[in-house]
Amino acid sequence: MVHEAKSAHVGGALSMADILAALYGGVLRVDPKRPSWPERDRFILSKGHACAAFYATLAFCGFFPEEWLDTFYRDGGRLAGHATHTGVPGVEFSTGSLGHGLSVSTGIALAGKRDGAPWRVFALLSDGECDEGSTWEPALFAPQHGLDNLIAIVDYNKIQSLGRTKEVLDLDPFADKWKAFGWAVREINGHDMEQVVDTLTAVPFEAGRPSCVIAHTVKGKGVGFMEDKLLWHYRNPSVEEYQAAVAEIEAVL
Amino acid sequence: MAAEDSRINFITGDLGFSVVEPYMRRFPTQFLNAGVAEQNMTGLAAGMALSGKIVFTYSIANFPTLRCFEQIRNDCCYHRANVKVVSVGGGLAYGALGSSHQATEDIAVMRSLPGMTVVAPGDPVEAEYATRAVAAHEGPCYLRLGKAGEPRVHAGPIDFRLGKAIKVYDGNDLTIISTGGMLYPCLEAVKRLSQSGISARLLSMHTVKPLDEEAVRAAAQETSAVLTVEEHSMIGGLGSAVAEVLAQNARRVSFRIMGLPDQFCRTVGSHEYLRQSCRLSATDIKNAALDLFQKSK
Repeated sequence: MVHEAKSAHVGGALSMADILAALYGGVLRVDPKRPSWPERDRFILSKGHACAAFYATLAFCGFFPEEWLDTFYRDGGRLAGHATHTGVPGVEFSTGSLGHGLSVSTGIALAGKRDGAPWRVFALLSDGECDEGSTWEPALFAPQHGLDNLIAIVDYNKIQSLGRTKEVLDLDPFADKWKAFGWAVREINGHDMEQVVDTLTAVPFEAGRPSCVIAHTVKGKGVGFMEDKLLWHYRNPSVEEYQAAVAEIEAVL
Repeated sequence: MAAEDSRINFITGDLGFSVVEPYMRRFPTQFLNAGVAEQNMTGLAAGMALSGKIVFTYSIANFPTLRCFEQIRNDCCYHRANVKVVSVGGGLAYGALGSSHQATEDIAVMRSLPGMTVVAPGDPVEAEYATRAVAAHEGPCYLRLGKAGEPRVHAGPIDFRLGKAIKVYDGNDLTIISTGGMLYPCLEAVKRLSQSGISARLLSMHTVKPLDEEAVRAAAQETSAVLTVEEHSMIGGLGSAVAEVLAQNARRVSFRIMGLPDQFCRTVGSHEYLRQSCRLSATDIKNAALDLFQKSK
C-alpha cells in the first residue's frame, strides 16, 4: 500500500500493527457486517497519519473489500492518506490533525456513561501527539468524570517527525504523568502479543478510572532496515526495499 | 428545551457565573463544565453529538470559536456533528474588557466552514427563537449572541426560520440589512429616515449562512440602494456575504458595508462608546443611508 501510494508513514504504521491485531483480533466488540451497530466498541485512531495499517486491518476483517487498499492515496480513490470516515465502513472518526482523538473519545465515553451504554472507547495515540496541549486537556478531564469505559493506548515508538522524542520534547517520566493525572496506567511491550492481549482485555484496570496503556514499541517493527530509524517516519519504500520488506515479513509468518 | 428533549446537553468552558446555576441544578445530567479548556470542550461535544446528543458549547467572545477553531472544523463540521457553538458577547459587547474579549472576526471564520449554519439574532425575541431553531436543526451551528439587556425590537411573536430574513420595516427607496444587535440602531435610523421622507426597508438578517439570497436580490430589484450593518469586521461578514450575492446575481445597485474597520480598537470604553467611536450609531447609519440613497439617484 505505502509503496504503491508513494507516500505514507510506514514506520508508525508498523509500530502499532501488533496493537491493531490484538484489538481487531478479539478485544474490540465490533461486527464488520454491522459497522454502525449501536452497541459496538468505538475505536478512534488518533494518530491518523498511520492509517495504512488501520485500513489494512479493517479490510482483513471484512469491513470493506481488500481491493480498496489499492486506491490508497489514488486519484478518485476511497482511502485518503489520513484516517477518513466518509464512505469507509469501520472508520469511526476522521483524524489527521494530532491532538483531537482523545477529546472526541472522551466525549463518546461520557455520552456512553450518561446513557448507561455498554460500549467502550479505545483511542490509539502517537507519542508525538502528546506534545499537543489538547491531548492533556482530556487527560485531565476523563479521570475527573470517572470514565472507566475509556482506554487510551499510546504507541510509544520514541521517534517523531524530526527526531527522537527525547530530543524533541521528552515525555518521560511518561507513565508518571498519566498516573499523576489520575489514570490507571500499565506499561507493556507493544510487540509481545500475549502481553498486549492480556492487558487490553483487562480493562478497566481500576473501576472509576480511565485506563492508559503505554505500549513500548519499535518504529518500523518487523522490517530490519526500518526498525528504530527516523528515516522511516516519512520515507516511502523503493521497489527493492518493498520486496525485501515483504520477504522479511513473510518469512516470519 | 432541555426538559422537552433529553438529548440536549449544555457544556460551558467554565463561564456563566450566576447565569448557568439554575440550569445546572435542574438538569445535572445534561450539564457539563469542561473547565477552561475550549479545545477539549469542543472535541467532547463532537464525541457526544456523534453518540446521539444535541450539544451546546458555551463561552464568551472568541473562546468558543477561535481558540478551538480546528476542533470546530475537523471534529464538528467534517463529521456533521450536532454541535451548537454559542458565543456570548458578539462584536464589541464586552467593550471595556479589551480586544481579547471583542469577537469581531467570528462570523467571517465560522461562515467559511462547510456545513456550518451561522446565526446572529437581532434582539432578545429573535435570540429565543434562534436557540430553538439551532437545536432543531440537524448539523453544526454557530449562535452569536450579544450580552443580556439588549432592547427588544419585535413586540410579539415572529416568523423565525433559519436562512430567512425578517422584514422588520418595509420601504421602497433603499434597504438596510442588519445582523445581530445592530438591529435596534438600524430601526432607529429607519425611523429617522422616514421623518426625512425616505422610505427604508429594514431586514434582520439573523442567519448569515445560509444567506437569504432571495431577500437580497429582491432588495436590489425593488429598492435603489443596499446598506449592510454589522458589529463585525468589514472583511468576511454580513457585508461580504451580501456583496457576493449582489456581485454575481443582481442588477446594479448602490451598495455600502458598515462595520468595524480592519484594525483593533484603539480606545477603551463601553459598548455604546465603542460603537460610536467606530461610527456605528443610529445617526451614523442614518447619515450613511441618506448619502448612499442620494448617490443612487
